[in-house]
Amino acid sequence: MKGGGASLLIAALLAAWAYGAAGQERRIPTGELRSGIAFASPEVRAMQADEFSNPGMLWVEKGEKLWSTPAGGRSCADCHGEAGTSMKGAATRYPAIDRASGQLLNLEGRIRQCRSERQGAAAPRYESEELLALTAYVAHQSRGMPIEVAIDGAVRPHFEAGRAFFYRRIGQVNLSCANCHEQNWGRTLLSETITQGHPNAYPIYRIEWQTLGSVEHRLRGCLSAVRAEILPYGAPEYRDLELFLAWRAKGLPVETPGVRR
Amino acid sequence: MNRPGRRRFVAGLAGAMALPVVSRAAGAQIDSLDPMVWVFTKGVPVQKGRVKLELPVLADNGNSVPLTVTVDSPMSATEYVKSIHLFSEKNPVRDMARFYLGPRGGRAKVVTRVRLAGTQTVTAIAALSDGSFWSDSAHVQVTLSACMDES
Amino acid sequence: MSARIRIVPARAKRGEVVEVSILIQHDMETGYRRDDEGRVIPRDCINLLTCRYNGVEVFRADLSSGISANPYLQFYTVAQATGELEFSWIDDLSVQGSARASIAVSE
Repeated sequence: MKGGGASLLIAALLAAWAYGAAGQERRIPTGELRSGIAFASPEVRAMQADEFSNPGMLWVEKGEKLWSTPAGGRSCADCHGEAGTSMKGAATRYPAIDRASGQLLNLEGRIRQCRSERQGAAAPRYESEELLALTAYVAHQSRGMPIEVAIDGAVRPHFEAGRAFFYRRIGQVNLSCANCHEQNWGRTLLSETITQGHPNAYPIYRIEWQTLGSVEHRLRGCLSAVRAEILPYGAPEYRDLELFLAWRAKGLPVETPGVRR
Repeated sequence: MNRPGRRRFVAGLAGAMALPVVSRAAGAQIDSLDPMVWVFTKGVPVQKGRVKLELPVLADNGNSVPLTVTVDSPMSATEYVKSIHLFSEKNPVRDMARFYLGPRGGRAKVVTRVRLAGTQTVTAIAALSDGSFWSDSAHVQVTLSACMDES
Repeated sequence: MSARIRIVPARAKRGEVVEVSILIQHDMETGYRRDDEGRVIPRDCINLLTCRYNGVEVFRADLSSGISANPYLQFYTVAQATGELEFSWIDDLSVQGSARASIAVSE
């Protein structure tokens, strides 16, 4: 190759790398972005769409009652009033940095923090009925609204960590999230259609679990599937990954409570 | 890059060939000596017809499969469905459910979600007020998860 | 035990057939699952559910582990008089549950 051609090639490669890093272009083009529900069977789609019989609504209703129930002397409603107003859009912005502590919090983390720091009550356990119900209720108030998380500023290192995790091969099966959810979405694995792996419907009623569950619960399922070490609930890796997934799902509407196979 | 999933293919094929995507009677005869049948009918012959049992041909997950059973009956004070017996071919508990209707029912239709332990045939037998029994069956392919979730 | 009831239409004419649906939060534990220590999780399913319309039974169901967790049932009844549909159920551990919904019936 002539000298001029080589430097042009290097310049092109550098530009591509620079654009990739700073431009933050998602690997799945916006036009091809699909919620998990698009890959579901007609029965699962009907189950999610039926406002009455969507099993997740049992938790949303529970959350509605908890919203007005004092915990530690104060209810959510005491500060936040009507959830339909105050929580509208809240779920679209999480995970986010908590300004006071500098921690990255997801919706569950924010609720736990409110309970312990502002209500003077015990922080509900991960995957407890109380936490699932409140998270489902709060997220439900953003149903239909597009996910829009911030990835610049203090949150940036978390985003990078989440992204690194997504592309890292792990487990005995040695697969990364991307191997399935970016390179093979839409293809069938055994009898299932691989989704793009978006977090826009959480907490979800997963028929496999026969109950409602959080994003973290679902991520643990994937870790189990690739025979990787299942990190404990609350591990920072989940939070960072959730942030990356939310950025990846930007624009998809919140569907909580979702129904999935 | 995005190949259509098998389901859409089956549905499309079914549509093209005008095949039902909802599982219907496989044409199998009711075995009157099957304990699940006997306990309900005590030997009175079960006739095919009047009952429509609807289940999907392919179930994503055996934990929750939507089911609708309808019986063609006027549901009047003198002619009505007394009960519907739902039983499974392969579940560990074959006697799945019994629904007791009656003259105040208005319409003989029950919708629910069932658990199916693998691919099998589900049968519904309706007991009418005149003492007759009618049935329908549906075969469901139940698929398993691609990934083991032991979280 | 949480439950939701829907009656369509909630305001009916006498003699009109109304659609009644109920969704109950219940694990319907089959008795075939094991916990993390390998112990069998005991069976606990709702085995009987009754619906009374102004005190008269209009629907009854014998259920089993063959009915999915968080059971959903939909059936029909004829609107007779304004009043209440009262559901009651009991599970294998003898825990009872109930829920009610109003129905308005005009002539």
